[in-house]
Amino acid sequence: MPIEPPVVSPATIADAYAALAGGTPDAPVRPIAGGTDLMVTLAGDLGDPPARIVDLWGLEALRGIVVDGTALSLGALTTFTEIRHSALCREHLPVLVEAAASIGAAQIQNRGTLGGNIANASPAGDTLPVLLAVDARFVLGSVRGEREVPAKAFWTGYRRTAMAPDELVLKIVIPLLQDRRASFRKVGTRRAQSISKVVMAVAWRSDAIDGSGPWHDVRVALGSVAPTPIRASRTEAVLEGAAPTADVADAAADALAGELVPIDDVRSTAGYRRLAAARILHRCIREAGGW
Amino acid sequence: MTTRTDDPGALVILPGTVVPGRARPPVPLRREGPSKLTGVALYTDDIVVPGAWYGSTIRSTDAHAILDGIDLDPSFDWTTVVVVTASDIPGENVVSSIRSDQPILVPMGGEIRHHAEPLALLAAPDRGTLREARRRVRVRTTPLPGVFDPEASEHTFASYAIETGDAEAAMAGADLIFEGEYRVGHQEQLYIENNAMIAEPTAGGGVTVTGSLQCPYYLHEALKRGLGLGDQGARVIQAETGGGFGGKEEFPSVIGLHAALLARKAQRPVRMIYDRHEDIAATTKRHPAIVRHRTAVTREGVLVAQDIEVIMDGGAYCTLTPVVLSRGALHSGGPYRCPNVRIRARATRTNTPPNGAFRGFGAPQVEFAAETHLNRIAERLGISPLDIRRRNLLVPGDATPTGQVLRESVAAEEVLERAAEASEFVRLRARAEAERRRRADDGTSSSGPFRTGRERTASGIGIALGWHGAGFTGSGEVKLASVASVELTADGRIVVLTASTEMGQGTKTIFPQLVGEALGVSDRDVEIAPQDTAIVPDSGPTVASRTSMVVGGLVIRAAGRLREAVEREMGAPFAESYRAFARDHGALRVDQRFEPYPGGTPFDDETYTGDAYPAFSWAACVASVRVDLDTGEVQVDDVVAADDIGRVIHPILAEGQVEGGTLQAIGYATIEEIKLRDGRYLNDRLATYIIPTAMDAPRISAILVEAPFDGVPHGAKGVGELPMDVGAPAVVAAIADATGAWITDLPASPERILAALAAMPDVAGPRPGMSPPEDAS
Repeated sequence: MPIEPPVVSPATIADAYAALAGGTPDAPVRPIAGGTDLMVTLAGDLGDPPARIVDLWGLEALRGIVVDGTALSLGALTTFTEIRHSALCREHLPVLVEAAASIGAAQIQNRGTLGGNIANASPAGDTLPVLLAVDARFVLGSVRGEREVPAKAFWTGYRRTAMAPDELVLKIVIPLLQDRRASFRKVGTRRAQSISKVVMAVAWRSDAIDGSGPWHDVRVALGSVAPTPIRASRTEAVLEGAAPTADVADAAADALAGELVPIDDVRSTAGYRRLAAARILHRCIREAGGW
Repeated sequence: MTTRTDDPGALVILPGTVVPGRARPPVPLRREGPSKLTGVALYTDDIVVPGAWYGSTIRSTDAHAILDGIDLDPSFDWTTVVVVTASDIPGENVVSSIRSDQPILVPMGGEIRHHAEPLALLAAPDRGTLREARRRVRVRTTPLPGVFDPEASEHTFASYAIETGDAEAAMAGADLIFEGEYRVGHQEQLYIENNAMIAEPTAGGGVTVTGSLQCPYYLHEALKRGLGLGDQGARVIQAETGGGFGGKEEFPSVIGLHAALLARKAQRPVRMIYDRHEDIAATTKRHPAIVRHRTAVTREGVLVAQDIEVIMDGGAYCTLTPVVLSRGALHSGGPYRCPNVRIRARATRTNTPPNGAFRGFGAPQVEFAAETHLNRIAERLGISPLDIRRRNLLVPGDATPTGQVLRESVAAEEVLERAAEASEFVRLRARAEAERRRRADDGTSSSGPFRTGRERTASGIGIALGWHGAGFTGSGEVKLASVASVELTADGRIVVLTASTEMGQGTKTIFPQLVGEALGVSDRDVEIAPQDTAIVPDSGPTVASRTSMVVGGLVIRAAGRLREAVEREMGAPFAESYRAFARDHGALRVDQRFEPYPGGTPFDDETYTGDAYPAFSWAACVASVRVDLDTGEVQVDDVVAADDIGRVIHPILAEGQVEGGTLQAIGYATIEEIKLRDGRYLNDRLATYIIPTAMDAPRISAILVEAPFDGVPHGAKGVGELPMDVGAPAVVAAIADATGAWITDLPASPERILAALAAMPDVAGPRPGMSPPEDAS
């Protein structure tokens, strides 16, 4: 017996801002993009429904993928299917393409958006570790104007973000670095339509052509192991300036297992998450080092 | 296409063994296929009933408590809402089943025995009012401590002992004894269509219930008892049914009674349609089980003695538990010859939702244990899993532990050899063993829990052999005394009347095949009467893989008698004369009642001796897997399934049963698991109860083997449950072949596999079926 809140479909971003600004704590207004999470919540009668829904789907200004100077810029309504099919993403950020391909199945990828993944703030959002690992910045907008928040400062608690209730994600900006390499791995519950038990993105800079040289600006980001997507800073410190050797991989895997504090939940156990995270990081370093 | 029209028991199709990819003889399309494909088929929720109200169930949030009261918020307008509590039940407050222990609704002051137990019912003219009314109901309870461990329970639903020879004495003198414990958890049937019923009051205080169900006469009996109605007062009609797998065997009695009670009080039709969350949270599951084996063998791997203990968790009410346990006990040794066997089986009560029928009905649990145990014995003895089976499998003339001598229709050897050959088991196993040795010898294996080895994946292959007693256990069919009918109507139509339901498996397609062949007419000239208790006789429930064999046999015999009567009167072949017969003489209906199959030793329920089943079906399964050694994730790549089903009636439908049953078994083996806390299912949604997707499905090659059963004219033994018995042990054996780790708990989840590979038991999480307290980490 799902409740169906009224839906408004603004034609412009300004109209969307105005609609969102009309929300109050008692009568919250929620934006909907692809709806792949919100619709499940409504249909499953999970939690209080919003008083009104603002449908962003018609806002063409929030679509499009461009390379703008030294950054890749994606509109918030960019779907996972569009990311998978984007020549620019494949060339400049294949790790994001990999993450997009791991989400749900074709229907979910057709509807689900990058901005929705970010704003929905699930600790299991599969693109979020990638965005953390490549130092993405999110452009937010509201009736008060636009501002930029780095990914690292965006997710503030379980399903909480740095956004005000009336703000929208407009754009995702990812700096492009010639010597950056990145790796992605998702451990889910099955091969499709799967929520992550552990999801990890690793990015680093290395000038060695064969990838065997020392790593710099190392980012190790994970999902589904904490209340928010996180960076594993102690593990990053172990890897910073080090070459991907067996000893370094061992030390990094130990460091990661030591710093993660995951929980038991319906999808997996804390012990499994810690163990699998350490092993997939070990594998990532092994593959980069070619040993 | 071959036909044998000179043989009264012949079928239209005699395909021999169907080889995948080989050209097939033409077979009829599924009867209800076009209406399902075009969306014309009406499932329960599609049926428009003008003026019907919406029904809903108020359920307990305690696993064990006393129901102190149900309060209705006085500030709410209750005038357009109907509320039903236990005091509104006109008949017995009992869901009719084997025992009378389950109330339709918990009475005031009564004992709540499981989470999500029905306490009260509401109906309202629209969903909005119903939703608001639900919020205005308050349930008051006094919580009681719950029992969640079936071994700690003091209440036993059923127990059986089977003994042959002297297992203890044989153990004492044996070469080698192996012990093992195996555990399996709940599994959800996950039919596509949720449980759903629409009840309409009829003149004279009766009720008609239309819904998604397997067994119209089970619900008919439940309505009569719960509503105090006579045979005519209660009427049950099956709507198009989107899958059952046992989940719509006994549970429809609960939801059907609820809908009927609301309709009776509201004096208008009431729709009771579960959503998926309610369906998973509140309806029956496969019984969790603990199985312990102690087995004596010679050094050559010949079985000397088996001592087996089976403990099943029945949940809070009895439902069909005694029969599930009985089948479990009878199959627990596996399809092997063993002179000294002791089997002790019991099922106990816990404060978890009741468990019930599910494809396999007690056999998948125990056959996983038996096969995994035998595979481990073979490994310890250095004998191939194929050879240890060759040395022990049942052959004609052997006896089962109940003393049933297998005289015919024994195909354990044939299915084993066929599956092994088609899968190239010997070659692939040697390759996996060489790979495993290489990984161990050259130092590339993982050197600690947080380390990877050089190779990320490992391949393995595993084999399992199984058996499945065809039809009801023991004296079940004799007690049931089913009736099926074939009628030549006054207007010259041929109609099959049975209560056997179509739920996607093909009843409506194969009965016209069988009857058409027996009458010498086309299957297209044979109609199926609707599954409506006002029209069709009680031909028993659509369960236990009995439809093709038992009811199929009855309709063939009925058709044979009809043919004889018409031909005797008309002096011409039935096909040429039946229309004239109908015109001249009017309708002729033949009712065929079940008669015990000839020969054999009747089963004795007291001593558990004699013929437990008229025949057994036999299955072998070979599974090939790849295991991700970093994460324990398993991909089942390929399955070869050889299934002896007596006679193949419709090869496409039969292969479909093997493919579907195999995939359901792979889910059971690898990912499907209900997790509990304090007696509550934690993952009671499709987002959290995980089953295989198309991406997780292997290539499945079905080999249909035919060792006919002579007790029925067409030789068929049933196929529905058989593939479910062997998939899981084959997959677990393949995982062991790939990794060296034997997973003894199902599912063999990545957590359990990684716990074994890294020697970190905590990684595995709780044992299957266990329900730790909420505050446990």
